[in-house]
Amino acid sequence: MKIVVCVKCVPDGRARLDPESKRLDRGGALEINPFDLYAVEEAVRIKEGSGAEVVVVSMGPEAAAESLRGALALGADRAVLVSDPGAVGSDLLATSKVLAKAVQREGADLILFGQQTSDGGGAALWAAVAEGLRLPAISQATKLEIREESVRVTRQTEVGDDIIEAPLPAIVAVTDAINELRYASLKGVMAAKKKPLEVLSLSDLAISPVDAGDAGAKTEVRSIADPPARPNAIRIEDHDEVAQVIVDFLEHRALL
Amino acid sequence: MSTLVYVEHRRDELCNGPLGVLAKAADLDDDVAAVIIGGPEVKALTPEVGRFGATTVYVAEEDSLFPPLPQPRVDVLAKIVGEGGYDTVLFSNSVLAADIAGGLAARLGAGLNWDLVDIITRDGDLIGKRPALSDSVLVDVGWRSTPRLALCRAGSFQSVERGTQPSVQPVSVELESHSRAARIVDQVTQPEGGPSLEAAEVIVTGGMGLGGPEKLSLAEDLASVLGGVVGATRAVVYAGWSPHSAQIGQTGKTVSPRLYVALGVSGAVQHKVGMQNSETIVAINKDPRAPIFEFCDLAVVGDVHSIVPQLVELLRRRKGS
Repeated sequence: MKIVVCVKCVPDGRARLDPESKRLDRGGALEINPFDLYAVEEAVRIKEGSGAEVVVVSMGPEAAAESLRGALALGADRAVLVSDPGAVGSDLLATSKVLAKAVQREGADLILFGQQTSDGGGAALWAAVAEGLRLPAISQATKLEIREESVRVTRQTEVGDDIIEAPLPAIVAVTDAINELRYASLKGVMAAKKKPLEVLSLSDLAISPVDAGDAGAKTEVRSIADPPARPNAIRIEDHDEVAQVIVDFLEHRALL
Repeated sequence: MSTLVYVEHRRDELCNGPLGVLAKAADLDDDVAAVIIGGPEVKALTPEVGRFGATTVYVAEEDSLFPPLPQPRVDVLAKIVGEGGYDTVLFSNSVLAADIAGGLAARLGAGLNWDLVDIITRDGDLIGKRPALSDSVLVDVGWRSTPRLALCRAGSFQSVERGTQPSVQPVSVELESHSRAARIVDQVTQPEGGPSLEAAEVIVTGGMGLGGPEKLSLAEDLASVLGGVVGATRAVVYAGWSPHSAQIGQTGKTVSPRLYVALGVSGAVQHKVGMQNSETIVAINKDPRAPIFEFCDLAVVGDVHSIVPQLVELLRRRKGS
């Protein structure tokens, strides 16, 4: 069993857009997208339960290599980073093409993603990768069970749970409800330093320059404006009169 | 511009989100096509789709399309877009729609913009409005080629009845082998209980910050005096304090009441997407760095256990006087 976990390295703390390039500013320190850690954790649990090789795959700047070591410290065996100036500016479609090639090169049985959210960088990237590879895909997984030749997933929807089975290889996007994250042990951190971490270029993956990066992107950011912020947001700290302040606020807004 | 809107339904009811997107599409374009995909239940829903503004309704009805799986729907949409020559495909975000849109983008080699709260035309060009980075900026996004795919934030647009008599086009599709690979082996549908969250004007939601299931009474008391309904976060539902039917968020209900009061709710993204369209948001949380304070109107840093009983008391007295 070989499991590939696709992760994205994002600026740690609060991300911001570079007003010049209109792209996510990746100048600062990077960390693995917190949602993707649940996918790493799930892969490591499968490995501990029934044995598997866990390979972390990412696309991003070279600085992302350090954060991928974090996934290795949690128990992943290898990491592959696709880093290439030609990949800068990729949108969802271009990113999905690059990741599909990287995943294909590994020949994995199970490909895991973290359930990205509307606030993050990618809506349903797994679905695009699955389509590119012509594989079944299941998202919103709150439970995952490997069977002989298939995977059984509990998918949480707006109205309940769908229990879905798909033959392997398959792609599954897991939510943060699927497991509890572990902290890396000192031993894990030490071991991670010696684990293989490959950095690949687009040409290593035989990806045409017109498919990746800005050249392959079919969407673009046109301009950035001030937020449609909630006007006059008020912040109060706890004090004796706080309940009265809330009542006054509701009254002022004609909500009572 | 020629626009196709994916209209999702659950059981035998159309979802509200895509009907709002239909209204938006009809504002931008004279002729708007809609597509509805499912089993035998879709027949009865077809006239409804016309009533909300579609001039053409594509109907893909097959037993194999009854389970709510995304990949067979990618096959249907790809065929309609290809044969009908649509240059714009719009979705209202949901668990199912996000997966369909992502798959369709790859199938058609198309650009997908997501989380749009508005779509406008400027000099004949289509522009999407997307709040980004915890809504701290508003980004104008565009497409470099057609078809243009867009996922709209749920609840961004109001549906409008237009009483259109649509032309109905049956569609039949041979599914791709990988689209048939996943299958639903069981479904656990959560029973609907209590008053409707979607229709409520006031919602009081309890989060893990309440501390225990017995403390949900704080939310109940406040909801009762405000004439509202009690909601819950996913964590609270998972802890077994509340039924899933009370869950607000990405995998629960999407609500937009006049007043939303969050008690001990951190404001994780999973929750935020279900309530961010509320008119007024009041949050009480003892953690001054709780994310919910970044998208509420009144941020109260403090202990729900002491504040809420006082608040309930004040509101009761006010009501009585």
